Amino acid sequence: MLRKTRIALAALFFIGITLLFVGIGHDWWGWMAKLQFLPSALALNFVVVAIILLACLLFGRVYCSVICPLGVFQDVIIRLRRVWDKLVNDIHVHRLRRFKERGIKPQRVFKPALKHFQYVPEHKWVRYGVLALSLVSLFVSGQMLIALIAPYSAYGRVVRSIVGLASASVVPALLITGLVTLVVIAVCAWVWGREYCNTICPIGTTLSLVSRFSLFRLTIDTDKCINCGRCSRRCKASCIDKHNHIIDYSRCVACFDCIDNCTEGALKYRFVGLRGGSPVKPANDGKAMPANDGKVDTGRRAFIATTAFVGGALAAKAQDHMQGGLAEVLPKENPQRGTRLVPFGAGSVKSFYDHCTACQLCVSACPNGVLRPSTDLEHFLQPQMGYEKGYCRPECTACSQVCPAGAILPVSPEQKQTLQIGVAHVNLELCFAAQGKENCGNCAYHCPSGAIRMVQTEGVPYLVPSVAEARCIGCGACENLCPSRPISAIVVRGNSVHHTNA
Amino acid sequence: MDRRDFLKTAGMGAAAIGVTACAPGAVKQAEATGNKDLHGEMLHNYPGIGTLGYGCMRWPMKKGEDGQNHIDQEEVNRMVDFALEHGVNYFDTSPVYLGGDSERATAEALNRHPREDWLIATKLSIFNATPYENCVKMYRRSFEIFKTDHIDYYLLHAVSDLEDFQNRFENCGIVDFLVKEREAGHIRHLGFSFHGHQAGFDAMMALHGKYHWDFVQIQMNYMDWEHPSGRNTRADYLYEQLDKRGIPIVIMEPLRGGALADVPARLADQLKAREPERSIASWAFRYVGSFPRVMCALSGMTYMEHLQDNLETFLDFKPLDEGDKKFLLSVADQMVNYPLVPCTACQYCMPCPYGINIPGIFKFYNDNVTAGTYVVSKEQEGYAKARRKYLLAYNEAIPTVRQADHCIGCGRCEKLCPQNIRIPRELRRIDAYIESLKRETL
Repeated sequence: MLRKTRIALAALFFIGITLLFVGIGHDWWGWMAKLQFLPSALALNFVVVAIILLACLLFGRVYCSVICPLGVFQDVIIRLRRVWDKLVNDIHVHRLRRFKERGIKPQRVFKPALKHFQYVPEHKWVRYGVLALSLVSLFVSGQMLIALIAPYSAYGRVVRSIVGLASASVVPALLITGLVTLVVIAVCAWVWGREYCNTICPIGTTLSLVSRFSLFRLTIDTDKCINCGRCSRRCKASCIDKHNHIIDYSRCVACFDCIDNCTEGALKYRFVGLRGGSPVKPANDGKAMPANDGKVDTGRRAFIATTAFVGGALAAKAQDHMQGGLAEVLPKENPQRGTRLVPFGAGSVKSFYDHCTACQLCVSACPNGVLRPSTDLEHFLQPQMGYEKGYCRPECTACSQVCPAGAILPVSPEQKQTLQIGVAHVNLELCFAAQGKENCGNCAYHCPSGAIRMVQTEGVPYLVPSVAEARCIGCGACENLCPSRPISAIVVRGNSVHHTNA
Repeated sequence: MDRRDFLKTAGMGAAAIGVTACAPGAVKQAEATGNKDLHGEMLHNYPGIGTLGYGCMRWPMKKGEDGQNHIDQEEVNRMVDFALEHGVNYFDTSPVYLGGDSERATAEALNRHPREDWLIATKLSIFNATPYENCVKMYRRSFEIFKTDHIDYYLLHAVSDLEDFQNRFENCGIVDFLVKEREAGHIRHLGFSFHGHQAGFDAMMALHGKYHWDFVQIQMNYMDWEHPSGRNTRADYLYEQLDKRGIPIVIMEPLRGGALADVPARLADQLKAREPERSIASWAFRYVGSFPRVMCALSGMTYMEHLQDNLETFLDFKPLDEGDKKFLLSVADQMVNYPLVPCTACQYCMPCPYGINIPGIFKFYNDNVTAGTYVVSKEQEGYAKARRKYLLAYNEAIPTVRQADHCIGCGRCEKLCPQNIRIPRELRRIDAYIESLKRETL
């Protein structure tokens, strides 16, 4: 019963969060992302953190087997392994039976293929080492390490890279990181069960500090136990020491598989209060998991000021104008913009990157193609903004609604108008109007805040755009709709701390 | 018995067999003539010219191995064969149509038939003041492409007024050259196609004494009769002036670029109520075909089904009576109230140097107006769903880099538009509408 409840809840969360990353139904299961431990901790959302820790103190690490999508993902892999093994086993048995019927002695000795876990002592040094490193990295603003191994964001990147692969639009760094994570986690779960959760995962280790003392625990009734070892063999956390009848509560993820598996009913999940010591045994350092290491595309294309004008050529060729067809449109390039752009609601660049776990949820939520993971080492896979494909539309607040880590705090469309994430700068050398090529003004026409004024300047036949700095909010409509390609003649440069003008 | 008669007899024979044969035979027959039961004689307002003419501006396209769109020659051949077989013998093309490929494709299909079976109309498609030699070059190339020593109908392309006529054609001396070519028999009929204001047309008529226009090509349909687009002249005036002088008329855009084949739903209901079994497009063709001075009505039939539907109208043609005409004009009066863009998708404005898909945007906008999927206000029933659907469909139909918000208003397109549509203004109007949908401020 306990196990079935756990599976049902886990399935619910797993499907919900997966769909969330695919980009479906944020209104329905958006809250699931907000229950994640690390993002909540970074968002200083103490209520959620307290609830998770309290649940852990009461019931053990149910978080790991229900809420954490990477944990459930590993359970799925482990389950697949069991199905596979059973299949192989059945084939063997069938073959053996046939041999028996014919009276032939099999050449090989039949080895049962079923995966059996067995108790392994805790890899204490690795666990606390990783936890300590993660904490240190948090305090020195090196979120990269923790973002790479934190389970929720890792799962987000896996889903995003698969979705990106399916739709053939993905940043290579994200694809590589996501796929490496997928392979490492899948192989790890296939071979060692929940080893990742109990050795590497800093969230798992943090929760284990509490779950050691959980009030409800699994206990073994030594009077009923017949030392068959079934519980230990099925324990994917490898935490049941069948010889001494001890369970390592720091590693038990409360999956309840052992209860259902015990034929004697010797295992019980019950209230024990604060009694019972923790089964600490000397641990020898086992195999450490390789931290995934995606290839980083640090190459930034050099900024080339010379721009090919699309229009110029045609005027000269008007004579042999043929009817029909579409002119080629050069794709825009992301220009160098000094301080980078982070979304409305981030507050400041530093705050954004201090909170962000690179889970990619905002990237999947952005309907305008503005947010994408960055590829520089310092902010590896943490999102940044660019206006080549679209701009931050005035009515949209999608990213601020989904962020579980408090990196982007909720803003309303009205509030957006009072913030300034950056200021547009005109590059007169590229501007069609300033160069006398075309009477343009598309930036001014489309500026949602009326910050761009067309002004008369000496020696130029057309009106030239200029930015009223204080009115610009940095949305990038001008940059996106500027006819100059591949580099726009008007570019938004970020504010390191977002200005408020309420 | 000439070839056409033979084919006709053979076709009728096949039809007779089809009717009497058992089921499998009937299937074969249906494939041969399509979904329509075609019978009867082609309408001839002028002897020797089928009143339904083939406009070669809209041949079907197909993606080639190089990933580019090319004319689907196989389909062109099939449709040209079918058209000739049923009495369509006037083919109108131009050196600039379909990116400059229309003449070649049309010639390839026609040259599979004897020269005396088809009439070719092509144009001097010069859009800027051009040296005499270049004009002659374009003229001669048409002869080479069609492998012929005479062109049946030759047009000065898209004249808009006297100044335009002088600037592009008269000043360089090409008109005098063409008149001489007509005397030599290389051009059988010389004329011009017209899009423009009334004074411009009057000036061109004044030149009739000097050049003697053998025919004139105008835009005429039950919409343009009283409601022309932009500054263009009412078709009733054009018809009256040409009729008065006895000049044969070739009709272009009898469907107004397909707009009269897909009218707003409420108007479609009125048409269907009167003739439930006839297509909406058939009304427009019956309208123009009913005027005796109309020598030929051109239709840019892209698909075999267009051709067959039109043939159904023009074989055993039933002219409209005065009541029918009045009814159509009342439909036109109602249509003016819809915010449609009078674009005929002729593609003269394309390619836009900034990559905007101008006719695509207009088509998307018009289609939604006529289909009733145009979102009118926030208060309407199912607003949220309709808004979402509209915006998604817009992105689906037009890639973001080719959407209306990229128009900077350079105005090159406007000069090229035969319908006199103020394209940048219309694009901005549509963009403002879409922007208000996005921001929910409708």
